[in-house]
Amino acid sequence: MAACLIKEPGSTGGRGNPTASRPARKAGHWKGETMYLNPRRTFVRTVAICAILLVSAAQGFALGGKEATAPAKRPTPANPRLRLATTTSTENSGLLAYLLPFFTDDTGYTVDVVAVGTGAALKLGENADADVVLVHARAQEDAFMAAGHGAERRDVMYNDFIIVGPKSDPAGLSHSTSSVDAFARLAAGVAPFISRGDKSGTNTKELDIWKAAKITPNGSWYKEAGQGMEQVLMMADGLQGYTLTDRGTWIAVKDKTSLVISYEGEAGLFNPYGVITVAPSKNPAINAVGAKAFLDWITSKRGQDLIANYKMGGQTLFFPSYKP
Amino acid sequence: MRTAIALLSGGDRETWMTILTSLRFSFWSTLLSVIPGVPLGAGLFLARFRGKRAVVAMLNATMAVPTVVVGLFVYSFISRSGPLGGLNLMFAPAGVILGQTMLAFPLVMAMSYTGLQKLDPRYAETLLTLGAGPWHRIIAIIREGRYIVVQAVLAAFGRVTGEVGVSMMLGGNIRWYTRTMTTTIALDASKGEFERAVSLGIVLLATALAINFMSHLAVRNVR
Repeated sequence: MAACLIKEPGSTGGRGNPTASRPARKAGHWKGETMYLNPRRTFVRTVAICAILLVSAAQGFALGGKEATAPAKRPTPANPRLRLATTTSTENSGLLAYLLPFFTDDTGYTVDVVAVGTGAALKLGENADADVVLVHARAQEDAFMAAGHGAERRDVMYNDFIIVGPKSDPAGLSHSTSSVDAFARLAAGVAPFISRGDKSGTNTKELDIWKAAKITPNGSWYKEAGQGMEQVLMMADGLQGYTLTDRGTWIAVKDKTSLVISYEGEAGLFNPYGVITVAPSKNPAINAVGAKAFLDWITSKRGQDLIANYKMGGQTLFFPSYKP
Repeated sequence: MRTAIALLSGGDRETWMTILTSLRFSFWSTLLSVIPGVPLGAGLFLARFRGKRAVVAMLNATMAVPTVVVGLFVYSFISRSGPLGGLNLMFAPAGVILGQTMLAFPLVMAMSYTGLQKLDPRYAETLLTLGAGPWHRIIAIIREGRYIVVQAVLAAFGRVTGEVGVSMMLGGNIRWYTRTMTTTIALDASKGEFERAVSLGIVLLATALAINFMSHLAVRNVR
């Protein structure tokens, strides 16, 4: 294909046998033509072909990448891919990365984790885009079940919400008597407050507290981030502001920030997590068997023990809570 | 920076898996957009009809559509509750490839169309006077302007490798499955973990440079 020039109008270039004519022609201009011959074109083609071959070779690699270490005696379910929609806290805290390899070894299911806020996770379940959800906003979970989107719901674990902020504590949260009082101090606006602003479980809790405090948060101090918990903690650190977080994510992330716990310990800040299988009747593509296997496994003694064993810096992040 | 290079040279499995996943998605979406995009672009170049300018203007406009809009559009189709829900494309590699194809296709078509205009106009006229049929003319003009095809392929590859909206929205950033270079960078940067983000940034930069270099070589053939 080195011959590419219109030698005379009407010719279609080197269509017949391009390679045979290559040595005879050299790069050069043809007066009046818009194109000229260039041996580099062969080079371009070679590079392009090499690139394509390289990427094609990558196909096999990428496909076989993960299963290299799979144990031989793992069960093989009929539909081995399971999609879990969950909150950012279970992912950001590292819990799922710790837990799921055990689940895969025990049952043979590969779990695709889509980590979003609780609101979005339940929406994915409602649209049948997830097989099972692991979330933390009891009122939303109950509404989900009542609407018939879920097949079965179980308690899984809990921890608590805490308010974190700058060490200097400009809003004086250390003196607060309750979470409502703490939020009233925040509403004075002396320091920024970063809200998740994404209908997540944490965001739902935060809005509940504002409601209880009879405050409508607005003003330049109130910043709705619309991002995951870890991102919001990083933002709070950057802006030296306060935010509400679950303790699991906090323990996992705190070393990367200069923030400290500003308020904690109120019973009202309890943070329970639930697992819900999506109703199989919603869509035939739902992996109902796999979803049920996950629900059973995470509430089994093994699953619950593993949750209790997950620690960072000697601290337990989530406490198992399933009661048959 | 040192850790970033160590991640690459040390063969960190997750980093390389991410790179390969990205390249795999880009490879397929480029292929799937070039196969219809180049002939359609050539066809548009050769065709003469009323409202051609409007079609070209629309084509150029679709090139500027943000990736997240393409993602949202495809999302509504491939969600299990959408019309193509039965195909199970959502949060799967095929879904990302579909979205990226939708992203690259207008680009390939528009680049083929505009690129062919740089050819000697007599070429198309000659084909016509020789009585070549429409298919023949399309094939001949693509052969003549194959450097344009190379450029379109490279541009499409660059666009899909660098995009984050479609991959994030349709792939769900699932570890070991649909996590690409760009979604990893978005995730890691937001978590404040910059080592891997930087190493992937280097790879993306190198990819972009290589594409630009090759595209430059292809363009040198035109005066």
